[in-house]
Amino acid sequence: MGIETAEEGTEDLEAFRLRARAWLADNMPRLKEGQTNHHLMALDEMGTRARELQRILFDGGFAGLCFPKEYGGQGLTRAHQIAFTQETAPYEMPVVLNIPTFSILAPTLLDFGTEEQKQAHVPKMISGEEMWVQFLSEPSGGSDLASLITRATRDGDVFILNGSKIWSSGAFRCDYAMCLARTDWHAPKHRGLTMFMIKIHQPGIDVQQIKMSNGSNEFCQEFFDDVAIPIEDVIGEINDGWTVASRLLFHERDAVGGGSPYLSGSSGGRGDHGAGRSDLIELARASGRASDPRVIQLVAEARVNDLVGAQLIGRVTHAINSGALPGPGGSLHRLYAATNSERQADIALEIAGAGAAVWEDGDLAGLKGVEFLQRQSGSLGGGSNEMQRNIISERVLGMPREFAADKDRPFDEVLHNASPSRPT
Amino acid sequence: MDLELTDDQGLFRETTAKYIERTCPLSTVREWAEKEPAGYPTAWWRQGAELGWTSLLVSEDDGGGSVSGHGLLDLTLVAEVMGHWVSPGPLLPTNVVAAALSEFATEAQKERYLPGLLSGENIATWCLAEPRHPGLPDAVTLTAARRGDEFVLSGKKAPAEAAAEAGFFVVAALVDGAVTQFVVEADTPGVSVVAAEGIDLVRRFATVSFDNVVVGPQAVLGDVGGAAPQIERLFELAVALQCASMVGVTDHVLAFTLAYSFDRYSFGRPLASYQALKHRFADMKLWTEACLGTSAAAARAVDGRSEKAFELVSVAKSYIGDKAPVILQDCVQLHGGIGVTWDHDLHLYIRRVVQDRSLFGTPYDHRERIARGLGLEGDRGH
Repeated sequence: MGIETAEEGTEDLEAFRLRARAWLADNMPRLKEGQTNHHLMALDEMGTRARELQRILFDGGFAGLCFPKEYGGQGLTRAHQIAFTQETAPYEMPVVLNIPTFSILAPTLLDFGTEEQKQAHVPKMISGEEMWVQFLSEPSGGSDLASLITRATRDGDVFILNGSKIWSSGAFRCDYAMCLARTDWHAPKHRGLTMFMIKIHQPGIDVQQIKMSNGSNEFCQEFFDDVAIPIEDVIGEINDGWTVASRLLFHERDAVGGGSPYLSGSSGGRGDHGAGRSDLIELARASGRASDPRVIQLVAEARVNDLVGAQLIGRVTHAINSGALPGPGGSLHRLYAATNSERQADIALEIAGAGAAVWEDGDLAGLKGVEFLQRQSGSLGGGSNEMQRNIISERVLGMPREFAADKDRPFDEVLHNASPSRPT
Repeated sequence: MDLELTDDQGLFRETTAKYIERTCPLSTVREWAEKEPAGYPTAWWRQGAELGWTSLLVSEDDGGGSVSGHGLLDLTLVAEVMGHWVSPGPLLPTNVVAAALSEFATEAQKERYLPGLLSGENIATWCLAEPRHPGLPDAVTLTAARRGDEFVLSGKKAPAEAAAEAGFFVVAALVDGAVTQFVVEADTPGVSVVAAEGIDLVRRFATVSFDNVVVGPQAVLGDVGGAAPQIERLFELAVALQCASMVGVTDHVLAFTLAYSFDRYSFGRPLASYQALKHRFADMKLWTEACLGTSAAAARAVDGRSEKAFELVSVAKSYIGDKAPVILQDCVQLHGGIGVTWDHDLHLYIRRVVQDRSLFGTPYDHRERIARGLGLEGDRGH
């Protein structure tokens, strides 16, 4: 039983598909011509809209398909979720909830939360009532996450949180965060961390949006000023937060690489069960270059890379589940998705031609030009490509680990970056 | 290697691998390259036929049979093992012809040609590609002119694998401009075979010339003018086998190069400890897994006669055909100078991959096929 194989009595896949198709037609708003959920995600009111859409899905019994029934899910298999996502292609879907709420934080809470924590939050995540985000990265550290310096100091039944987190997506519209903080400075870096759940909108937490190179302001930085966290809100064990964070990062790789069973609906972009469609053909036609043999090669290459990516996810996921590959094998499709995304950005820029530099309002070519500014985002977020290559070489291929100057040394004796000062 | 092998498939794969490892290790491949005109002794191929190498794409009614009920998936296991050992033997041409006979031939044709092919007594090859034309389904120009109820074939086919050993050919031709396939026996007057030079040490190729070769109506495979779907089907089988061969090569070469990086020391450290090299191995592992995934997906689509097979074989050929040579050459680089010597086995693998990637359409040709499937039409250079 479980996500890969159906329990006895699970609805037949084709029957489920037909029921989903009929229900979607009756209940979900259709996308307008040329619109994708990817485009809708950019809208300011997306958070509110996503909650409304998710509530419709939840009331119809089509939310949290792969989550256990006791926490508000449907207890179905990955195959059901893939079928459902395929059926949702013509509809508005709350895809902004996919990452991180459904595919990263809900599964992590299921893995480590107490029964009370799970009952209190997982059903609300699935119904769209609670949006979650992770507070992991800090301005002082990039790839070396475990050297973080945000501190949570024990004071009786509470911890007092001070410091700053960065690169949290859409924190301004979220309700709760999983926040990793240092609780023991005398232990080696991985052994002095604790994971907390914190309510975002409360006194002492200041959320600021970061303007990115393409003009978007999804990412946030948070500042914590004596925030009191009740001890019941520790996730996992005190000082064992790295175990929780490692599992969270596993779910993140799976989600960003497209292999998570908790992703529902397609943004119309890549890495999402292959249900999305490339807009490069439309771009080639709009640029007047659809019969140029060079452009034809590029369009086909992009198509090849997307299809192979979907095939790789299937292969790696199966291999991890069967034990043929270790868990860190998830870095394979994570790295594939990132490098493919870079190549797709290059191909789009090439096909767009001059239109990527100068365009009329609303031109697809101009959109591709602006998207190129964020070409590296997929190769940075959730662990850089270089970190994925370390993981693959060391933990999939068994090659020697990199030298670490801080290994097994108390964190307060290790060189690390200073705490950032708060902007005025 | 598809991850979802049945027990029977696992056993079949193991039996094949053990037979090849015992009878034809790389030292033997090098020996046969020198002294065997066909690249292998005929007794060796007949023994392989007894293991099932020739019968997997043939229905049980016709004397064949698969291991798992999915003959092509079984056959890709053989192709992968043969990639691992850069084995000789006309695996691709005999199986494509066997499939053609089983799927499209009359009972009389089956009776005449299949038993010898299945037992390994006879060899056959598929004549699709033509000189200066890519080996693609829509690039046939050899003509078969009607003369009464007979046909007169004129033109050249090249490269044709194992043509010098073949007792008969399945030949793609044009009858009044419409593609038609014929079964032509090698000793028919007007047929001549000239051996070609080739990059692979043990897979042999030739040019087959048809100089006013007269064949009767009994030589037509299926219907006159109706061979386009046949050719597409056989082409998909051929490409799926090429892809399996290339992933068999790549997976193995990456494995022994990785092992070498642990054994080889430089500046007092194993090569495997250098991050610059670790990252390259990570990329190669990623590409190899992707190659394995797309090869398996293509084989499943062709085996299941899915409507996606047209695109998925070209996706696999395009991806693997691009990546496998890159991986192999990087493995040469990681071996250092020894990697470019005759005595090291790496060039045997590169030869095999170059051969597989270049015949039945290059990655470039296959991307053009994909684009056509997407509704984009370029200018073909022929």
